[in-house]
Amino acid sequence: MSLIKSLSQRDRVFDFMAPAESPVDVRHGPILYMEDVTVSFDGFKAINDLNLTVDDGELRCIIGPNGAGKTTMMDIITGKTRPDQGKVWFGARHNLLTMNEPDIAALGIGRKFQKPTVFEALSVFENLELAMTADKRVLPTLFARLEGPARERIDEVLEMTGLAEQRRRPAGVLSHGQKQWLEIGMLLMQRPRLLLVDEPVAGMTEQEMERTAELLTGLAGKQSVVVVEHDMGFVRSIARKVTVLHQGSVLAEGSMDQVQNDPRVIEVYLGESEEAA
Amino acid sequence: MWLMQPFNERSTQLFIGVLLAAMTLVTLLHVVVPAGHPLHVNAYTVNLFGKYLSYALLAVAVDLVWGYLGILSLGHGAFFAIGGYAMGMYLMRQIGDRGTYGDPVLPDFMVFLSWESLPWYWLGFDMAWFAFLMVLLAPGALALVFGFLAFRSRVTGVYLSIITQALTFALMLAFYRNEMGFGGSDGLTDFRDILGFNLRSNETRLGLFLATGVALGAGYLLCRAIVGSKLGRVCVATRDAEARTRFLGYRVERFQLFVFVVSAMLAGLAGALYVPQVGIINPSEFSPIFSIEIVLWVALGGRATLYGAVIGAILVNYAKTVFTGVMPDAWLFALGAMFVLVTVFLPKGVAGLFAYRLKRRRDHSDATPGQEVTS
Repeated sequence: MSLIKSLSQRDRVFDFMAPAESPVDVRHGPILYMEDVTVSFDGFKAINDLNLTVDDGELRCIIGPNGAGKTTMMDIITGKTRPDQGKVWFGARHNLLTMNEPDIAALGIGRKFQKPTVFEALSVFENLELAMTADKRVLPTLFARLEGPARERIDEVLEMTGLAEQRRRPAGVLSHGQKQWLEIGMLLMQRPRLLLVDEPVAGMTEQEMERTAELLTGLAGKQSVVVVEHDMGFVRSIARKVTVLHQGSVLAEGSMDQVQNDPRVIEVYLGESEEAA
Repeated sequence: MWLMQPFNERSTQLFIGVLLAAMTLVTLLHVVVPAGHPLHVNAYTVNLFGKYLSYALLAVAVDLVWGYLGILSLGHGAFFAIGGYAMGMYLMRQIGDRGTYGDPVLPDFMVFLSWESLPWYWLGFDMAWFAFLMVLLAPGALALVFGFLAFRSRVTGVYLSIITQALTFALMLAFYRNEMGFGGSDGLTDFRDILGFNLRSNETRLGLFLATGVALGAGYLLCRAIVGSKLGRVCVATRDAEARTRFLGYRVERFQLFVFVVSAMLAGLAGALYVPQVGIINPSEFSPIFSIEIVLWVALGGRATLYGAVIGAILVNYAKTVFTGVMPDAWLFALGAMFVLVTVFLPKGVAGLFAYRLKRRRDHSDATPGQEVTS
């Protein structure tokens, strides 16, 4: 089947005709566009009429109480979950609902999961090397040599993530925070257009949170970043624009101050969390 | 050259150096030192060392898949035996009309079974090049088919170990049958010569020992080159976090298949070098116990180091030779005791001792004072 499919894929016959640059069309502004998206699991609407637009280069924070649909939203964007209805577009050209997970990843959507999974036996440098965009077939990998530009890119990401000192150490000995940064670094090696980051500062110390905030704000502009986070202090420190999810749809959107003063938001989320804190 | 890259590593230089020195020493002590002198190494011992080296190559093959890919194969004896049978078939055809029944084409056991002609799969084995090619291709083909099915279905962990064990057991039962045309329970034996050299002469035995040493060195280099490449790092990544590796865009099952096939070919080569040195190949090499024993060698020597596998194979088999000579009944107890002791006191095997010392030295040179603490 896949053979027939690949043979019938006429647009890839001439490699030089394929656009060299990332083919994402962001001329109209948004890099991610979700409209009227609904997903239900056994009748429960995890996502209910969700509308969300993220601009190119934006750093967006998504907050919301447990069960608000944050993770499901990520699953929809990355192709893991198919919505029952709605539209999800990446730029103006790619309808994500018609694509599978690997294709979406190849298009430039990187996702960092909550629990960091780095390759503990390999060094920090090697972790980044494996994550790099490259020919990932068996024989090219066997004979792969690290060329200058690739090495520079790794060095660059090591600097960005503050892991330059740790480059030769096995990832297994890194602290929790460093593992999270390494994981973000591994995503950056693939030069994503859109980064989805799920609870980056869970379990981090104050200092580590500050470093993470610096890292994420530094990325915005070059990449679009969507951060899902529970920690209000952290969100306040990085967000220019915050989206509050509640019961699968957008409850409020705006600057941190606007959102914080929205009575509905205080009721469902901020109130509780401030009390808890 | 790509294959020479491992020479940048201290451990490889050391390993190849020690191997060459050992080969030279044994040759000198055998050839130059006169028989009767206490330092003389007799032909029996040379032969024994050759056997150990072929086991060492087999252990390296197992360590490649177990240590670096995390696939605990409990059926590598099958690839070893198939390589051995391919060599055995060549050696059988070399006997010619010197067999008991004097048939110019048919091996003795076929005459005994009143077979009229050679089965089709025996054709070509009178030619050395074809037989030697089959030594690699036959185990490789089996590994390719088996691995393709297993890895595509994402069979991993203990389930994979169990089906590798079933594979070798099934092959053992098949090879025990006379109808298979591989000599049944007696296997293939009574070999005369290889490439025109008399197998019973001391010179040929020395030659086989040296050839096995060269094969071990080459196999070690190949494995080192593989584990030192980016592909090797993908293997380690697969071993530790398979789903994550797949998520990075690597087709994990293809990497597993590639390494598994290379390993099976090396095991086949080891079997082919083993058979002319012991003079027989029979279905007992397929026995599940043997395959488990190989894994024990690797575990004792130290997993994921390659040289540890070599140390383990030689140590255990030397101990086996000694023990089965002195008190044969105690051997399995001794093996069990060795395994328990090493697991308790040297969890990383004998090689762990070296690795520990190396690491300490490296850590000392790495830790520069005044390093910023980021966590």
